[in-house]
Amino acid sequence: MSKSKDIPGTTSYILFIVTAVICVVFAITAFYFVFPNRETWMVGLPQASSYAGDIDGLFGLITYLVGFWFVVSEVVFFYFIFRYRKKTPDQKAEYVTGEEHHQKQWITIPHILVIICDVALIFGTVYVWYKVKQDLPPAQATIRVTGQQWAWTFQHPGPDGQLDKGDDDIYLVDELHLKVDTVYHFKLESTDVLHSFSIPAFRIKQDSVPGRTITGWFEPTLVGEYDIQCAEMCGIGHGLMKGRVYVHAENEYSQWLKGENLSGATAAETSAVALGQVALERTSP
Amino acid sequence: MTQKKKTGTRKAPAGHTSHHEESFWSKYVFSTNHFVIALQYTITGVFMALIGGYMAYVFRMQLAFPGEAVPGFGIVGPGEYNNMVTNHGTIMIFWVAMPVLIAGFGNFCIPLMIGADDMVFPRLNRLSYQIFLLSCVVIIASQFVPGGGFGGAWTAYPPLSSEAGYSLTKWGQTLWLLGVALEFVAFLMGGINFITTTMNARVKGMKMYDIPIVVWFIVIASILFMLSVGPLIAGAVMLLLDQFHVTGFYNPALGGEPLLWQHLFWFFGHPEVYVVLLPAIGVCADIIPVFARKKLFAYKIVLWTAIATGALSFVVWAHHQFVAGIDPRMAHIFTVTTLLISIPIAEMVFVYIATLYGGSIEFKTPMLWALAFIAEFLIGGCTGIYLGSTGTDIYFHDTYFVVAHFHFTFVPISIIAVFAGITYWFPKASGRMLNETLGKIHFWGTVIPFTFMFLAMFPLGMAGQHRRTSDYTIFPELAGWQDWRVIITYCLLIMIAFQFVFFWNVIWSLKSGKKAEKNPWRANTLEWLVPNVPPHGNFTDGFPEVYRGPYEYSTPGRKEDYWPQNVPD
Repeated sequence: MSKSKDIPGTTSYILFIVTAVICVVFAITAFYFVFPNRETWMVGLPQASSYAGDIDGLFGLITYLVGFWFVVSEVVFFYFIFRYRKKTPDQKAEYVTGEEHHQKQWITIPHILVIICDVALIFGTVYVWYKVKQDLPPAQATIRVTGQQWAWTFQHPGPDGQLDKGDDDIYLVDELHLKVDTVYHFKLESTDVLHSFSIPAFRIKQDSVPGRTITGWFEPTLVGEYDIQCAEMCGIGHGLMKGRVYVHAENEYSQWLKGENLSGATAAETSAVALGQVALERTSP
Repeated sequence: MTQKKKTGTRKAPAGHTSHHEESFWSKYVFSTNHFVIALQYTITGVFMALIGGYMAYVFRMQLAFPGEAVPGFGIVGPGEYNNMVTNHGTIMIFWVAMPVLIAGFGNFCIPLMIGADDMVFPRLNRLSYQIFLLSCVVIIASQFVPGGGFGGAWTAYPPLSSEAGYSLTKWGQTLWLLGVALEFVAFLMGGINFITTTMNARVKGMKMYDIPIVVWFIVIASILFMLSVGPLIAGAVMLLLDQFHVTGFYNPALGGEPLLWQHLFWFFGHPEVYVVLLPAIGVCADIIPVFARKKLFAYKIVLWTAIATGALSFVVWAHHQFVAGIDPRMAHIFTVTTLLISIPIAEMVFVYIATLYGGSIEFKTPMLWALAFIAEFLIGGCTGIYLGSTGTDIYFHDTYFVVAHFHFTFVPISIIAVFAGITYWFPKASGRMLNETLGKIHFWGTVIPFTFMFLAMFPLGMAGQHRRTSDYTIFPELAGWQDWRVIITYCLLIMIAFQFVFFWNVIWSLKSGKKAEKNPWRANTLEWLVPNVPPHGNFTDGFPEVYRGPYEYSTPGRKEDYWPQNVPD
């Protein structure tokens, strides 16, 4: 190798600056145009909470940035495989050490461009995480979610709208009723092992830990009914620990509330269920 | 024995100075020869892979055809399902990837590639395999105790794993834990051996930057393993004591904390990913230059990216716990470190792609496997970003997206790279060439179904399907995806069927394959100097001297397109 090639020339600096600028522009456009796009990517799932769109937007941002590098890498990879296949028996390969500066640039430049994309991505993910998990908007209603082997118990506020006040709270097993466009706080507890409270349509997931009360929030925005799954292995009945969330419009919700109050499921009744009998009955056909 | 050109401060182990006739037992069963131990580790690992594969077959059949009897197993109840899922994961990581990639390839490659006659601690090496074999017996035995095998997922989160009343597998959970702990002891011994051997027993002239990448990577992996396994062993002892109600480390009712186990587990568990990744990627780093007839691009960058990856891997563990109940502010730190780790890994992939540039690529079976590793691992690496990023992980945590992601890393590691290594070193280990046609049939028959199988899991995860559930048809939102699950299961069946081609290839080639030359691939590294089927003591014709690095292919001014490390000029 001649000595002159070891010294980075002006061309390589220009090349680097141009590609870096393109990459920064690419990352910024992704951040401003792809990230705010709230269309869902999650096949077949509605966006039923206020932050479902944020998480889906972040998914789009990552797909855009990472997808670009993925496609570039695979295309170059397969092109090289095709281009440099052995065509004649005496074909000789080139001798490239990769130790010289102008050669290393083929690694270091893409690597710095990857960092630029990573930074754009970190902004997005910090924003979404802060909004969903760190920030707690004031509650309009509060529910208590208790995981046990192998059922969910949901404690809804009664007609007074207050949890743990009076004895009008409504306890239901595997059934959660919510009013649309209401900011809910949930108090997540567990009586035995770890569970994970997951409503895919809301994009919410939080493990419940015995001995702790974990507070989180969501705001249902779409009337309908959706699945609740347990997302943390919790024993034999883990796969059967399914619930259903019903998001009601305002008037429907008050009707449901009235009906529940008349039928009067009491805490004592549900605690018998809480021993897991429901889940066990469900396992035996 | 003729006097060897051996230098250095090391004395040859006493057992190697005289070569007396050995009985079958001391030669093949209780041998201290690194090559025999490598074979034992590899064959045991492949045997365990059959068990792990059988488990995958059982639970995939249940998912595709819920409630129907699985041929060769019977009805899969929820307990059996959990057991299959748990032990499939445990066995594939601890009893397949680890023994084959680290212990098998490590024992085979390290002494041969650095020009040593054996490991520096041959008896420790023997003991390592013996304990490993015991751990295999323990984990298999856990299937046959009252209550059945442990079903609390391979991560074994307490209180489920610490309280028999919750897991309903009183004996299974304890045996599972003991099996894993014994396996760690075995690999600690192996790791000490690999590090010491590489640092102290290299032949004359082999400098640090002349060591083949695969040896370096096995050494770095061993260091990572040694540094990370301590907390987990401590955690395992605490869990064992909890299981017998002696203590309550993880029991909140007694003032314990379930999350402690998760921290201890993942402090080990994440470096563990790189413990198995590095040897695999090292195998590919050694195969690609040989079949591209190219010098490995930027040896030093490859080495230092691996060291950077290893160092970073110690500060990313909590990305497994974003929604586990850790302080939400902590998540930001771990998402940044996790995205940082994508940089050295991306760089490593760029290096392999750059190595192909200007090459003269021959598509022999080992090369196909090595190239497939890069192509498939890229999918695994890129999808990892979604999970390392806190915002999307809220949704994807514990869904099939995660399953698809880590199978796109772990299958390339423990299946694709393993086959790359086995097909590459088979001539040296057996003296026979494998059949190329059968090898290629096996390659395509494995890689294509594998790719479709796990690509199909990404949309399932995006649709909200969580892991470890034995029947998804009970969920209204997921019932409509049943066709996909059936297709995935068919892919698995095809993939399993094609593995018989491999076994047939091995058996046929051992009997009547073409006799292999000493250096059939025209490679540079020292293992090709020793006679095929390396004898006890390896370099029976005298020790070589090393003059250069291992990747001098197509050097200008030479007639031959390779330049073995031991050839002066």
